[in-house]
Amino acid sequence: MNTDTHATAAGQHHHDNQSHGTLSTYMLGFVLSVVLTAIPFWLVMSGALPSKQITALVIMAFAVVQIVVHMIYFLHMNTTSENGWSMMALIFTIVMVVIALSGSLWVMNHLNANMMPIHEMSGMK
Amino acid sequence: MSPDLLKLIFGRLGIESLPLHEPIVVGTFVVVALGGITLLGGLTYFRLWGYLWREWFTTVDHKRIGIMYMILGIVMLLRGFADALMMRGQQMLAFGGSEGYLNAHHYDQVFTAHGVIMIFFVAMPLVTGLMNYVVPLQIGARDVSFPFLNNFSFWMTVGGAVLVMASLFIGEFARTGWLAYPPLSNIGYSPDVGVDYYIWALQVAGVGTTLSGINLICTIVKLRCPGMTMMRMPVFTWTSLCTNVLIVASFPVLTVVLALLSLDRYVGTNFFTNDFGGSPMMYVNLIWIWGHPEVYILVLPAFGIFSEVTSTFSGKRLFGYTSMVYATVVITILSYLVWLHHFFTMGSGASVNSFFGITTMIISIPTGAKMFNWLFTMYRGRIRFELPMMWTIAFMLTFVVGGMTGVLLAVPPADFVLHNSLFLIAHFHNVIIGGVVFGAFAGIGYWFPKAFGFKLDPFWGKLSFWFWVTGFYLAFMPLYVLGLMGVTRRLRVFDDPSLQIWFIIAAIGAGLVFLGIICMLVQFAVSFLRREQLKDVTGDPWDARTLEWATSSPPPAYNFAFTPVVHDNDAWWDMKKRGYQRPLTGFKPIHMPSNTGTGIILAGFATAMGFGLIWYIWWLAAASFIAMLVVGIGHTFNYHRDFDIPADDVIRTEDARTKLLAGAK
Repeated sequence: MNTDTHATAAGQHHHDNQSHGTLSTYMLGFVLSVVLTAIPFWLVMSGALPSKQITALVIMAFAVVQIVVHMIYFLHMNTTSENGWSMMALIFTIVMVVIALSGSLWVMNHLNANMMPIHEMSGMK
Repeated sequence: MSPDLLKLIFGRLGIESLPLHEPIVVGTFVVVALGGITLLGGLTYFRLWGYLWREWFTTVDHKRIGIMYMILGIVMLLRGFADALMMRGQQMLAFGGSEGYLNAHHYDQVFTAHGVIMIFFVAMPLVTGLMNYVVPLQIGARDVSFPFLNNFSFWMTVGGAVLVMASLFIGEFARTGWLAYPPLSNIGYSPDVGVDYYIWALQVAGVGTTLSGINLICTIVKLRCPGMTMMRMPVFTWTSLCTNVLIVASFPVLTVVLALLSLDRYVGTNFFTNDFGGSPMMYVNLIWIWGHPEVYILVLPAFGIFSEVTSTFSGKRLFGYTSMVYATVVITILSYLVWLHHFFTMGSGASVNSFFGITTMIISIPTGAKMFNWLFTMYRGRIRFELPMMWTIAFMLTFVVGGMTGVLLAVPPADFVLHNSLFLIAHFHNVIIGGVVFGAFAGIGYWFPKAFGFKLDPFWGKLSFWFWVTGFYLAFMPLYVLGLMGVTRRLRVFDDPSLQIWFIIAAIGAGLVFLGIICMLVQFAVSFLRREQLKDVTGDPWDARTLEWATSSPPPAYNFAFTPVVHDNDAWWDMKKRGYQRPLTGFKPIHMPSNTGTGIILAGFATAMGFGLIWYIWWLAAASFIAMLVVGIGHTFNYHRDFDIPADDVIRTEDARTKLLAGAK
């Protein structure tokens, strides 16, 4: 009756079929992250782009790519790793980060816009 | 010695840092010192140090760590509640020209310490302690995923608590309110050590909380016993999972905000100053991105406890399990979308305020769904009014009131009137006491027999219950009235004599709560003395439904001799129904983690580093930091991390239980 009420010891060991990467994937990841770091560095030092704002935006774009490179080559994440838990955690993280960042920008920008401009004070009754 | 040398050795710590001019603090110190000496003397006299070190301080057993979290929470409750009594006394007396008995300097520290302690060092340890104890048992695991990390997390939490307590006698605590808003908390307006105590206490404890969150997520995701799919997990485990996801997602925000504030204070950056492009409003924005999820971190496990208790004491399967799970998940996500309701009045426009007002109101929908699920679980159930069930019913009544005042505050125009008033104070005490504290007490009453092998004494428990509940209503309903009349929070003296009566009623309420706490302590003592009469030999004293009741009370170190296999929700109920027989033979050695002192040593150095940073004792901070690195790296060379409980020991433990069970029948 109760033979199936308890797990056998063997049943508890999950088979580990994760990819741990090879030398070449690690090298590829390393080279990519070096390049992705060097280019923003060069952009700032040489001032190749005309405006600082564009430089900042380009650097941020490189940072995002850098994150993806790290996740794929160093953290070995893909859509199936850890039975999909990695992907789920990633999606959750992205949702949280987007909420926090866009929300903060929206809120702080609104606070700024509602500051009373000095030159309009005279028009107020 | 030259002043320079003294400064090098002691930083800004000097004899004048001791609050000798505050008679109340000196009196407290004398009492605490006498109590402490008695305790330490007693431990030495009865030669308990070795036992405590080997069996408790260095333990990696989730059950013992859980119990230590609960003890920490209850001890800190006494401190936090002492602050509450002092505030109620001050506000009751300070009328008609009287200044009360607390000066402004002291009073401001009292209300700040009260908030910080109650949230970080009472509610968090109680909640974490219950999760730590119960979750691995509920999912049929031997321990958490990272047992050593668990021990380290606990001691980091203790380290934070030690720093807060130290601020009482060495220097002072923050005078800024519990979230330390700049610019008041910046160095220009708070040059003393108070805010530094606040920062480092929370940073040290925050490491513990974050790591414990990671640990429990991993435990729930990876260590469930065979057959326990996600949708067969007990509701308490579900709410614990969501809580720990919230912890891991939100505590880094707190860590970063406090780190930026410390940069402002220590190296003169301008993140949150009024000058050089700094914005104090950004601090308010960021800290509430952590702060709002924090209240759900506290209340979700309480919802889980109430679900377990309602279902057990109604003798029925929980009504609407699936909707309960989805409601929990929805609350988890929504709790990230409402933070601005804490600062509607800061100056955002109508579109921002209405967005956050509406999201806040939406949260009441899944919460309401939970409430109806509990009611329908009770409907036509055979309800047993044991103490945990009484707390649950008190919660359902109280929390609905608190929730509705919350929805009132979620309306931005109403909030413009009620913001910063005692109405708000009444609201959040109504949900935190009614939800989290009552939940923790229900959980303590419910799982105490599991942890110690005997039930809690019902007489003193009921006495405590009625003192708490009536005391709560007397203490906080007057604050709603005062808040509607426009009385703001954190005031020390009052002019209008007509308000005094409400403060007197509130103080009487606080006095009743005090009696409730005393009765609870007496309850623990009486239950210990009557442990033979209150004994639970079956391991299942409440005829309960989930797996933690399948093992003995208290459970053996390895929790389950054989890992259970689950076929249904309410796994233990299902096993009982199908005539489950305990296996009596075939025991094998059990692989377990070894105890280690590394956690407490690391946390000790972290606390010393915090102390050094608070007082600008740079050598101490640097030395402790290096010591932490050395011990941490040294620990990686420790290869004696696990051992096997021999099969003979397992057989002996299980045979003892077989005899006990036979004797019970």
